[in-house]
Amino acid sequence: MTGNPIINIRHAAKSYGSLEVLKDISLQVTKGQIVAIIGPSGSGKSTLLRAINDLDPLTSGEVWLEDEQVNKPLPPRQYETHINKVRQNIGMVFQHFNLFPHLTVRENITLAPKMLKGITGAQAEELAVEQLTKVGMLDRIDYYPSQLSGGQKQRVAIARALAMKPKVMLFDEATSALDPELVEEVNLVMKQLAEEHMTMIIVTHEMGFAQDVCDRVLFMDQGVVVEEGPPDVIFKNPANERTRNFLRKHLRGRN
Amino acid sequence: MGLDFSVVPPFFDALLTGALWTVAITISAAVLSFFGGILFAVIALYAPWPIRYPFRLFAWLFMGTPLLLQLFLIYFGLIQIGVDLPAFVAGVIGLGLHFAVYNSDIIQAGILAVDKGQYEGARTLGLSRGQTLRKVVVPQAIRSVVPPIGNNMIALLKDSALVSVIGVTELTLSSQMAISRTFRPFEFYVAAAACYYVINLGLEAGLRRIERRIQIAR
Repeated sequence: MTGNPIINIRHAAKSYGSLEVLKDISLQVTKGQIVAIIGPSGSGKSTLLRAINDLDPLTSGEVWLEDEQVNKPLPPRQYETHINKVRQNIGMVFQHFNLFPHLTVRENITLAPKMLKGITGAQAEELAVEQLTKVGMLDRIDYYPSQLSGGQKQRVAIARALAMKPKVMLFDEATSALDPELVEEVNLVMKQLAEEHMTMIIVTHEMGFAQDVCDRVLFMDQGVVVEEGPPDVIFKNPANERTRNFLRKHLRGRN
Repeated sequence: MGLDFSVVPPFFDALLTGALWTVAITISAAVLSFFGGILFAVIALYAPWPIRYPFRLFAWLFMGTPLLLQLFLIYFGLIQIGVDLPAFVAGVIGLGLHFAVYNSDIIQAGILAVDKGQYEGARTLGLSRGQTLRKVVVPQAIRSVVPPIGNNMIALLKDSALVSVIGVTELTLSSQMAISRTFRPFEFYVAAAACYYVINLGLEAGLRRIERRIQIAR
């Protein structure tokens, strides 16, 4: 691996009581890398992703964003200030979009930049136009989320995250809640981001997408990374029995 | 003695003035109860316990005792400790706080019903707890509870008649004054009821408009 990692996870572990959902996971992601995390449900892949911006805090282990520890042990008040700053650099896209239903598409995108970066109304407008153009949603700028399809909502959610100019984007099953015919439009936006060398960590069930777009694939099961490597190796020639079983189930019906 | 509604028109002016006071009291108390309700809801849910527990006592006081008693206490009682409020102000405060406590209960439920994903979406962008509450959670909670809050506002309009007892010359007291001059209770109470009905229609129309406007933004 070359270059300093943007995201560096060291010995991440998490448990709920006696249930261990993450067991000593380490992962480095360098600038421009696109990493897919695959695995059966309950394998801990979403938990790992949500630990990166401390939405689901780890029980032990460290998460670093460049030279800053995300889950730095601090008194509550200082931690609050610290994490709000760090999170501005980590974009996240959710399975259920989590757009703000009481705000228009424009306001969804400009809310956080206006509040946190102190930009003017004109700059905010420019930002909204720029990001919506990127995801092909400019003509819906004055709509409310309730007036959009699932695919459109997710594209707006991506634009909202991008408007903070994050250093890394996390995708938590971004297409899992979409009707099949709407998946492609979101995939296209993500591919475009990949071409622009956005650093991305993608939890997904879309094996085809992971294979086409990602540089690295992690297969997780029962809280551990069972196998990792370039997509060609993981998908065509997996070394581990559990990976093979999982892929066999998942790829059945394809081709 | 039959009914004769021709006694009413000479008192139109007095009744109209009374009706305007009723509207003024209702709107003032409604605004107080709305913003007070939001504040109380946030206190009840998020304030540290040294603030939260005294607040509960205060809320219990307003929910567990008659509004009439509260008005007496505020208007006649507070003078003893040097707080001499005009009757209108005392009425607005009494009605406003009373309904703020009821609105607070509804708004608390609204806040708790906001999807967890909304907090996550906001916090992930870097918004603080306070910013998330102010810009994302509370506005959505309010939108979801407009109908029950609206019902409270209609109850508030009707309960505004109680401030007649502390001497605010609103609709009910105006009609009583007309009655004491004409000895025609039936005619004037019916006239007052008609006025309340008309004000109520206006209030309901306003509430429906608000509901329609927020329909899409939910």
